[in-house]
Amino acid sequence: MQLTTQHFIALLPLLITSATAVLVMLAIAWKRNHAMTFGLSVLGLNLALLSLIPALGVTPIEVTPLLLVDKFACYYMALVLASTLACVTLIHAYLGGESGKGYPGNREELYLLMLLSAAGGLVLVSAQHLAGLFIGLELLSVPTYGMIAYAFFNKRSLEAGIKYMVLSAAGSAFLLFGMALLYAESGSLSFAGIGAKLAADGLPSMLAQIGLGMMLIGLAFKLSLVPFHLWTPDVYEGAPAPVAAFLATASKVAVFAVLLRLYQISPVTAGGWLSELLTVIAIASILFGNLLALLQNNLKRLLGYSSIAHFGYLLVALIASKGLAVEAVGVYLATYVLTSLGAFGVITLMSTPYSGRDADALYEYRGLFWRRPYLTAVLTVMMLSLAGIPLTAGFIGKFYVVAAGVQSQQWWLLGALVLGSAIGVFYYLRVMVTLFMVEPNLRRHDAELHWAQRAGGMMLLFVALLAFFLGVYPQPLLELVQQAGLVAIAQ
Amino acid sequence: MILPWLILIPFIGGLLCWQLERFGNTLPRWIALLTMGLLFGLGLWLWATGDFSLAPAPGADPVWAAEFQLQWIERLGISVHLALDGLSVLMISLTGLLGVLSVLCSWNEIQNRVGFFHLNLMWILGGVVGVFLAVDLFLFFFFWEMMLVPMFFLIALWGHSGSDGKTRIYAATKFFIFTQASGLVMLVAILGLVFVHFDQTGVLTFNYADLLKTKMAAGTEYILMLGFFIAFAVKFPVVPFHSWLPDAHAQAPTAGSVDLAGILLKTAAYGLMRFALPLFPNASAEFAPIAQWLGVFAIIYGALLSFAQTDIKRLVAFSSVSHMGFVLIAIYSASEIALQGAVVQMMAHGLSAAALFILCGQLYERVHTRDMREMGGIWARMPWLPAVSLFFAAAALGLPGTGNFVGEFLILVGSFQSAPWVTVLAATGLVFGSVYSLIMIHRAYFGPAKADTALPGLKPRELSMVLGLAVLLILLGVYPQPVLDTSAASMQGVQQWLGSALNQPVLAR
Repeated sequence: MQLTTQHFIALLPLLITSATAVLVMLAIAWKRNHAMTFGLSVLGLNLALLSLIPALGVTPIEVTPLLLVDKFACYYMALVLASTLACVTLIHAYLGGESGKGYPGNREELYLLMLLSAAGGLVLVSAQHLAGLFIGLELLSVPTYGMIAYAFFNKRSLEAGIKYMVLSAAGSAFLLFGMALLYAESGSLSFAGIGAKLAADGLPSMLAQIGLGMMLIGLAFKLSLVPFHLWTPDVYEGAPAPVAAFLATASKVAVFAVLLRLYQISPVTAGGWLSELLTVIAIASILFGNLLALLQNNLKRLLGYSSIAHFGYLLVALIASKGLAVEAVGVYLATYVLTSLGAFGVITLMSTPYSGRDADALYEYRGLFWRRPYLTAVLTVMMLSLAGIPLTAGFIGKFYVVAAGVQSQQWWLLGALVLGSAIGVFYYLRVMVTLFMVEPNLRRHDAELHWAQRAGGMMLLFVALLAFFLGVYPQPLLELVQQAGLVAIAQ
Repeated sequence: MILPWLILIPFIGGLLCWQLERFGNTLPRWIALLTMGLLFGLGLWLWATGDFSLAPAPGADPVWAAEFQLQWIERLGISVHLALDGLSVLMISLTGLLGVLSVLCSWNEIQNRVGFFHLNLMWILGGVVGVFLAVDLFLFFFFWEMMLVPMFFLIALWGHSGSDGKTRIYAATKFFIFTQASGLVMLVAILGLVFVHFDQTGVLTFNYADLLKTKMAAGTEYILMLGFFIAFAVKFPVVPFHSWLPDAHAQAPTAGSVDLAGILLKTAAYGLMRFALPLFPNASAEFAPIAQWLGVFAIIYGALLSFAQTDIKRLVAFSSVSHMGFVLIAIYSASEIALQGAVVQMMAHGLSAAALFILCGQLYERVHTRDMREMGGIWARMPWLPAVSLFFAAAALGLPGTGNFVGEFLILVGSFQSAPWVTVLAATGLVFGSVYSLIMIHRAYFGPAKADTALPGLKPRELSMVLGLAVLLILLGVYPQPVLDTSAASMQGVQQWLGSALNQPVLAR
């Protein structure tokens, strides 16, 4: 096919992100400078975000058979880029200022890895072809191994990196096998082609169903859905806090976006045992995620388990798949990203990478309100938002998911959702109360304040205000999401 | 334009309290007092000037004494729609009054983080006013859930530590989980209703007036009604769902208990009258006997359990369960007299329970225990407080001359015709009421004294609070007509909804 200017414009966000990665790499090779690397990454990501505006003008457009840049893709690209941007800011606060103080090893490569991973995310959200999906997924995951193990002097971080690598590779293997089976059955690798072929056959064959099932397993690994969730708490705990934030936001958003596209286009999952399997996975994720989070005394593990539950809620909208469902996913993911960024951001600002472990034990947050009121306010809003209480963005997200569920009459899933969030409230409240408790002889484990911390702090305050604003006046977000429908279905 | 201000005033006042804390502890208290005074004043002004002869009734679009509408989330047909009728105005005045009292009664009790405390207090009351005004179902749910968070903080941070130091957080969490989970069930029901309406008309809306016209299959209506009922039943509290209440009361600070018993429980009764019955009249009619028997059970069970308590605040808490049982019976009786009685009972219970909790708080400040086994013989050791307690205990058992008597009497008279057995058994609640009220007075104030040192008497602030409540309660008992007039139209509407639904099967036969 002929590549025209329009194709390049549509591809701008990806191109700029990749170019930034190359530039950052060259800059590191030329001269190591933390501030410069940070500046370059932020600049590149901002440009990529800006380039979404011209890209929106040419959508929907097919760029090679692999990628389809439509409004849906643009919306999720924006989410991925914005959360990457936030994570980069957090990394800067986390790694510390001048050399000698702060992180003991090389700092600059973490930015490089994150940019590469973000590029993978951008490919993933616009993939309309199994090859595109696989390339995107691997580009997203492989740098993550390095990022998780980045705090190499910390045993947990190394362990988490290896664990994630092994399990992720296993997930990819499942995914590949599933793709092969689907290809064998339908003779096509594009989503629409597979969908059309399977629809033409009437009832999809066993082989195709197994293929889709295996693909589902591969993606479920990345989304840490029960029973493929076992790595989540360990990896979240071991990874440096900003990397955990990236893992929880950008990475999961991209994978869920592609799952949504696949699910909406492929008719196999619309009925039959795969749909029931997905229902079971959703219910199990909601219940297990919440139950296992109940007794955690480590904030990162707690957030890990709660993310399992949150993706269970998201599956409710995915399974509903009609009416409000696509919108519900969009709204929920946006609010979830916002909230996770805030929560992990607070952990990041509390932590310093050179004192061994991150500040993630719950007792380290006891009475935080009396030392750092603004940080506490941010974390409180985030906990309320995760619990889905009004006046926060999380409430709007949950409301949408419940609406999608009610509209398609998924009563079992809704029952699980109600039960799950009742359990969830318990541990979110526990964290919240901890923040306000006054204890004699408080143990201090805070990172010192310097300007990078302050930049991170400003970003967090902005996130908290946005979470509050969207909770009170969600109309702008809803309009945005409404625009960002899937084009491929209409075609 | 006055309706949004009713909600905004507490919220703004709360923020001011929080921020002005840095200038000392007294300023937030005065700001809170002024805020609540303003709210109370506005409530009274609305009551005095409004025309409450019209109210929502079946068969026509609801007519309100005052209304306010503003687009909010157009995508889903949600608007900030506030409206006021007789029932709302009564509840808002009560909220304002008890708000003033909660500020006053925590004047000395709360000594740390005063500004943040008042922020939470104001926000609870703001949320409650929102619940009483909202006629958009999304907005109603929004306020319904929102008022839980400050209440949680109030109990968790300023509560009494209880026995082993952890219990106030336990109580606060339990309160939150119960109400939040049941609230989500209501959300599912609300959405179910909205989508049923959407399927019929193609219009996505959460507006009360539009949803009233929804036609539903009998089974759907029943299930949706149950969704609403469960949420209200937890807040009410109807007996199987009541277990959060005594814990929350026992650990909450005085102001929290006053708000909880005085107003928060009323939001449930209000919700039943405003939403559950009018939206689902047929299902409610079918469900009425069950609800009424649940009410009877609550009356007797609550009374028996209050008798068994040794903690004086738990005793008052369980007596609330018992008293609210009467309201439940009245709501489902489809009798206008009983419904009017329910309104009076709600007001009277608001006043008397608030007073009893304030007295418990005052007692606790002096003897530093809530265990009645540790008290005894207090009558001789301090002036005023025991006598005032005796008055409110008598009011709680429904002594003629107090508002409680009027309420319970009207409820029993009104519901006798349609449900004689329910009424007869409910009336035993009055007998039990006298038993636990008197045993409370006896255990705490009479009997052998544990010590003979004199306790400090009530200060003018404390005395004027409880005496003021006593005066209001007697006024309500002697001359309830203004209250009855104000709520008449609203209650007539509720009665017609349920009454016509109740009569339909009879006509069909």
